[in-house]
Amino acid sequence: MKKGWKTEANGEVLVRTCGWSPPGDHPVGCGMILTIKDGKLVKVEGDPEHPISQGRLCPRCLALVEFENHPDRVRYPMKRAKEDRGLDTWERITWEEALDIIEEEVHKIWDNYGPESIFVSQGTGRQASLYGPPLANACFKSPNISFMMSGSSCYGPRTVVADFLLGAGYPELDYAQFFEKRYDDPEYVVPKYIILWGKSPLQSNPDGFFGHSLIDLMKRGSKIITIDPRLTWLGSRAAYHLQLRPGTDAAIGLAMLNVIIGEDLYDHDFCDKWVFGLDQMAEHVKQFTPEWAEEITWVPAETIRAASRAFATNAPSSIMWGLAFDTQQNGAQAGQAMLAIAAICGYMDVPGGIILALPSSFMGRWRFETGQFVAPETFEKRLDAKEDHPAYATGPMLHPDTLLTALETEQPYPIKMTYFYGSNPLSPTCYAEPERWYNALMKCDFNAAHDVFMTPTIMAVCDLVLPLAGFAAQDAVVLPHFGRNTHFLGAMNQAVDPGECKSDIEIDMAIGKRLNPEAWPWETAEEFFTAQIHTQYDWDFNDLREAGVFQQKQVYRKYEKGLLRPDGEPGFNTPTGMIEICSSIYDDFGERDLPYFIEPPMSPYSTPELYKEYPLVLTTGGRDFVSFHSEHRQIASLRNCTPDPLVTINPKTAEKYGINDGDWVLIENQFGKCCERARISYEVDERVIHAAHGWWFPEQEGEFPNLFGVWKSNINKLIPMYKVGKLGYGAPYKGVLCKISKVTNPDAAMQDPTEYVPREDRGPNSFPDAGEKSPYLYENVHPGE
Amino acid sequence: MTKYALLIDYKYCTGCHSCEIACRQEKHIESQEEWGIKFAEFGPVKMDDKWYWNYVPVPSALCDLCVDRIEEGKKPACAHHCLAQCMEAVAVEDLAKRMEELGGEGVACFMP
Repeated sequence: MKKGWKTEANGEVLVRTCGWSPPGDHPVGCGMILTIKDGKLVKVEGDPEHPISQGRLCPRCLALVEFENHPDRVRYPMKRAKEDRGLDTWERITWEEALDIIEEEVHKIWDNYGPESIFVSQGTGRQASLYGPPLANACFKSPNISFMMSGSSCYGPRTVVADFLLGAGYPELDYAQFFEKRYDDPEYVVPKYIILWGKSPLQSNPDGFFGHSLIDLMKRGSKIITIDPRLTWLGSRAAYHLQLRPGTDAAIGLAMLNVIIGEDLYDHDFCDKWVFGLDQMAEHVKQFTPEWAEEITWVPAETIRAASRAFATNAPSSIMWGLAFDTQQNGAQAGQAMLAIAAICGYMDVPGGIILALPSSFMGRWRFETGQFVAPETFEKRLDAKEDHPAYATGPMLHPDTLLTALETEQPYPIKMTYFYGSNPLSPTCYAEPERWYNALMKCDFNAAHDVFMTPTIMAVCDLVLPLAGFAAQDAVVLPHFGRNTHFLGAMNQAVDPGECKSDIEIDMAIGKRLNPEAWPWETAEEFFTAQIHTQYDWDFNDLREAGVFQQKQVYRKYEKGLLRPDGEPGFNTPTGMIEICSSIYDDFGERDLPYFIEPPMSPYSTPELYKEYPLVLTTGGRDFVSFHSEHRQIASLRNCTPDPLVTINPKTAEKYGINDGDWVLIENQFGKCCERARISYEVDERVIHAAHGWWFPEQEGEFPNLFGVWKSNINKLIPMYKVGKLGYGAPYKGVLCKISKVTNPDAAMQDPTEYVPREDRGPNSFPDAGEKSPYLYENVHPGE
Repeated sequence: MTKYALLIDYKYCTGCHSCEIACRQEKHIESQEEWGIKFAEFGPVKMDDKWYWNYVPVPSALCDLCVDRIEEGKKPACAHHCLAQCMEAVAVEDLAKRMEELGGEGVACFMP
């Protein structure tokens, strides 16, 4: 890239930057040039010099002008009386007054209850992922922060399984992301097969992966295998598509291991040196034949066999694992099977395989190091489910389901304040059983948030909102994979005047300087980022701006060179020094050392009586190109591409229920109702429907009870809390049961949230069912839980 | 003056909407009823026992192929931002050769 980031010509200023958030996306850091005229953003153009995006941009960045200049943006701090929650009685205040209020409320809670009674509810993907934990730890001195899906069901489950078994950061497809010459670098090899497992990267650009790199690779000869309940566009071009029943990924994984080990298709040399537990795994998977898996997963045994053979016998090949591993109770086991498949085939950290890295650099590490500002006796009180899920408690965050219990019951102590950090969780993004969360959050003495628009969550429960700057109005650093496998650092450059808005890190600093100044020695964002870069390099933030991006160095087969362990020894950073396909530590956490299959808690085979009433399997959360979860609903050009929430139904199923394309459909089960518009497509099996998440309607009445229509198309109303795996991770967002019917009015799903009655039992009897059940139930593996 | 056409290797078109939104910005199309380019979708449907699912972006009367950009040595806004890099402006006399290079399975050509 050329040196320099800002030029002026013909009365216009051109600023080069790398995008992250807000508006939301994951830290992909796509390169773009912003044109500023008379102080206003007037144009966005992709930067052809950027090594990853190469001039390309997705529609969300191309609509940035609409976002930045939108009349509904929150542009100054506002407060509202606690008794007015739900009413549009916001009053503009100064930053000084806003910080005074936060300071006073926090001190009240510190003095009367302790810092642990403050909780930070963090969103996903955006810069919140890096700067949410420091707000809790180093400003509020509270250990209670988490991304708030039940079972922390996004990214965390995969990274923790990788930590435990692989001792490495996030394992990522090798798409030549570390090389300046990209695919043309002589060291690089194009993967022969790429398995996309529960992942749709074209739309989601997950965690910093540039989704359309897959198209680059397909043009260069890579073949695709998809394992997905949906036939995605990539699946339509795949060599093999394993269209499994939602939530049965572990059974697919076990059967693939059965084939690869049973037919002796694995890399013996690699296994001898670097894999722990192959003999145990070989013995274990003998019983899990593709025929066994066919009955469970609905995928033909021959398809499982053929895909396994193609993958194992064509080196190098690679696997990408997706959100589907996180959004199920059985996900940790599916992840263990997936890592085992990749490991025994010898595809770890080889050209064209799966890139490994030591986790946690820069802000990725700092965010959790701020835990030092929580007093040890306070940290002990973190609501991390240490009794029920000791593995979870080894991680950096609170346990969301345990937090809900504390909110509702005030046990083991009351929660008095919630801060929403880059998150709109009442919209169907994070919270399952959202009415339950609404009622619990209303009990807090004080709730605050910062964001770019007024959201249903803020309108419903907050007393204070701070204005967040868009990425065109701030200086920051983009860090793909949040430091867990980071191929470059990108400079985000302030192009327009933020007005009264501040960036995430600036908001942390402003609050931190009031509450805990010793943790916040920096005066500006630039100073902060220079300090972070200096932990590893001798250049600073300004040098990064001048350079545009800094591509980190990549070395293959790091395990041979002592580059994956802090002690510099060869091998992996696990107790055995090897990839543990049979875990040496799970026993300590009450978990089985080898992967197993369990039915989703609500499924045709675990609740057969309920299945008679709710005869369709519901999966959710597939992404769209024109939104990021609950964001972008008010951006006209994007909303015009997808005006309504869509439920995808197979043509045969639609016919059976008398539903036509475009009809409103009521989707319901024993937990709640949701309305979406029918999209009739062969994308899904006749027995499965897929419903979009993240919907609310900024154009509708904002005041309670409507709250921008947040209860009408809220698919998380059908998802239960408290159905997580033994490691504490994973919940059934992508696999419950439902029924559907045609309705004429989308208000058919409107329910008063205050009337929601949660079920009392959270254990095995929480969905009583008298039918004849599958033997593969959670309670059979972990009796009494 | 050289005449150009828009060549779309649509077997790679993922329906990402980038061309639509890039065009809207470049040509200042504010009415949401108007489009400079809009894709059509066919599929997924099984034909000959194989899945068929294609998107084809179709330029409208508002498209001038971004001649100003081409004169500056840039790509049209749609082609520049296309995530799959499957669109390009090609001089009319070179069309046949370029179409052959891109191979079968879905190449379309538009002269707006």
